[in-house]
Amino acid sequence: MKNLKLRTAGMAVSAAALSIALAACGSSGPAGTGASADSATMWGLTGGDQPVFQASVDSWNKAHPDSAIKLDFFANDAYKTKVRTAVGAGQGPTLVYGWGGGVLKSYVDAGQVDDLTGFLKENPDVQSRYLPSILESGVIDGKTYALPNNKVQPVVLYYNKEVFDKIGAEAPKTWDELMALVPKFKAAGVAPFSLGGQSKWPDLMWLEYLVDRIGGPEVFANIAANKPDAWSDPAVIEALTKIQELVDAGGFINGFSSIAADSNADQALLYTGKAAMILQGSWIYQGMKKDAADFVSSGKLGYTPFPTVEGGKGDPANVVGNPSNFWSVSSKATEEQKKTALEYVKDGMFNDENVQGLIDSGAVPVVTGIEDKLAASPDKDFLTYVYGMAKDAPDFTPSWDQALTPAQGDAMLANLDQIFLKKITPEQFASTMNATIGK
Amino acid sequence: MSTTTTTRERLSRRDQPSRRTLEKGPSGWLAAPALAFFMLFAILPLLGVLFLSFTRWDGLGEIKLDGLSSWNTVLADPVTGNALLVTAKIMFFSFIVQAPISLLLGVFTAASQKYRAALAVLYFVPLLLSSAAVAIAFKALLDPNFGLGPGLGLPFLAQDWLGNSDLVLFVVVFVIAWQFVPFHTLIYQGGVRQIPTSLYEAAQIDGAGRIQQFFNITLPQLKYTMITSSTLMVVGSLAYFDLIFVLTAGGPGYSTRLLPLHMYLTGFKANDMGAASALGVILVVIGLALALFLQRLGGKNRNASQLEGA
Repeated sequence: MKNLKLRTAGMAVSAAALSIALAACGSSGPAGTGASADSATMWGLTGGDQPVFQASVDSWNKAHPDSAIKLDFFANDAYKTKVRTAVGAGQGPTLVYGWGGGVLKSYVDAGQVDDLTGFLKENPDVQSRYLPSILESGVIDGKTYALPNNKVQPVVLYYNKEVFDKIGAEAPKTWDELMALVPKFKAAGVAPFSLGGQSKWPDLMWLEYLVDRIGGPEVFANIAANKPDAWSDPAVIEALTKIQELVDAGGFINGFSSIAADSNADQALLYTGKAAMILQGSWIYQGMKKDAADFVSSGKLGYTPFPTVEGGKGDPANVVGNPSNFWSVSSKATEEQKKTALEYVKDGMFNDENVQGLIDSGAVPVVTGIEDKLAASPDKDFLTYVYGMAKDAPDFTPSWDQALTPAQGDAMLANLDQIFLKKITPEQFASTMNATIGK
Repeated sequence: MSTTTTTRERLSRRDQPSRRTLEKGPSGWLAAPALAFFMLFAILPLLGVLFLSFTRWDGLGEIKLDGLSSWNTVLADPVTGNALLVTAKIMFFSFIVQAPISLLLGVFTAASQKYRAALAVLYFVPLLLSSAAVAIAFKALLDPNFGLGPGLGLPFLAQDWLGNSDLVLFVVVFVIAWQFVPFHTLIYQGGVRQIPTSLYEAAQIDGAGRIQQFFNITLPQLKYTMITSSTLMVVGSLAYFDLIFVLTAGGPGYSTRLLPLHMYLTGFKANDMGAASALGVILVVIGLALALFLQRLGGKNRNASQLEGA
């Protein structure tokens, strides 16, 4: 009798404890499971770059069978969780894919990634191939810990020209024009904006641009510098208010809070004509080029800078987004693995084949001297637009969720989600976020 | 039922200090492998989690002992209270929906007709699918723009099932039921088949109809089956994670962020392992309390035979 009780109790305990234990084990990952346990490992993201990374590593492995690299791919949101746990457990890949910013800083603080400053000094060719402003994003306290590995990723306002033509509208240049378009598209039975709200980070692009247009880049600079009450800046409050006005006006597609950006459902709404516009990173061009080739090649895809806000301080040429993605080298890797990794970074990455592969996929590599190649591409309109946007931007604010510490970034996304759902007011958002400063 | 009862009695008698005889049943060493496994994979991690709940750790750097600060964070956070409420709601509605359906289906499929056996096999299918696959499938079907409703042109089905804070909880309860009713049906089916037919024959002679037989024989005889099934349903609600994580990721907002999901997101998204461990401890305590409570419901004389006179 007593045993039965104990056993049931035990079952409950083990169920709960196991789920915890499993969560921990499950994410420690298959580091070093490859052809050989000593080969260097690399984790990349699924999506537009995947075939390019794969091709680059494949040809590297063919040319260097003795120092082969094992490459695995993961979906964006899952990767962010997985890699951090793996790095924390000393089980991370040799080459850690990242976004720079606060997450990189937490790796540096924990001594998990190598200082690459010396490597850059020894290899001036590597240093000089990058656009200097982008190389800067991998620098923490004067030392380089991460090297750009793919493409510039400004956030762009895309629109469906066909849908715009149907109601005779022009791409909005100001926030007022944008708001005026909302009822017109609704009357035509088209959602004004698509949004992958379940993933939460697409929400952030709205806040980033609005804050920049209203208050200029200093507002986020203050937040990133952990200044007290930085979130209460009037520009933040006004931006959040404008977002809620847009939600109230029905600006975002029905069910936006259950649409996940990882599945590309948000961009599908644009090219199927169910939504007229979407604010997203330049990387979705790669996805649309693959999934809706006709839509892109027939010139139905339009793109424009984020509208200005009347009385705003921000330069309309300012850009938000990711300067690039980066490779860091894990401190826990063996000397042999590190050697292979750095040799690949030096000779395998951004060689002619890799650069051309990125351009062909519809991306702008973060290297200098590619103007001719961009101009020769079938996607030259978009690519030169993105290249110019990134090159000419007076300020390129990196994505906030990556620039801040992980704890702050997570709180920000959760609370911003609440703003879009109208569960909290801009003032509540500001006070909750002020409480996270310094965490 | 009867064989397990006697085994259990023998096992408990083993504890009494007396001579070893064959009558005392199998050696206690038989429990050793399971016990070792249990210690290694349940008790040890549990102690680890308890320890971590008194620390601050971001998953990367040093683990810093920090007294009750993680507990204060967790208990002061309104999201924790909301997660408890969401968990309780999902537990309650899951039980209300699943228990009657699986009981009736269990009784229905227990009879020996061929078509019932065929249906029983069909009902069993959802149990063979992984939770993640079920969640992905339902997410696609319920999509407000590309899902079943817009696809078939049925406005009723084109609701914002997963994006509407008021609806989403019930959608989650429905999907959970879709996946787990087959399992509980199976338990009830087995329970019903163990009821001696002589009881029904005697009732028929006394003139009892089908409904009377159901309420006076089937239900009382299924008492322990119900307790088993209910325990699994209720305690299982504390472990729903994969399905909801894939289906809604806890959203919109915090509408479906139940306790296990809150624990995961705190630990692996916000990288606050201390607070996540505190949540884990809360989860274990609630699970234990519920399991004990449900066993109590069985009454003091749970070892009394139900088959007297059969």
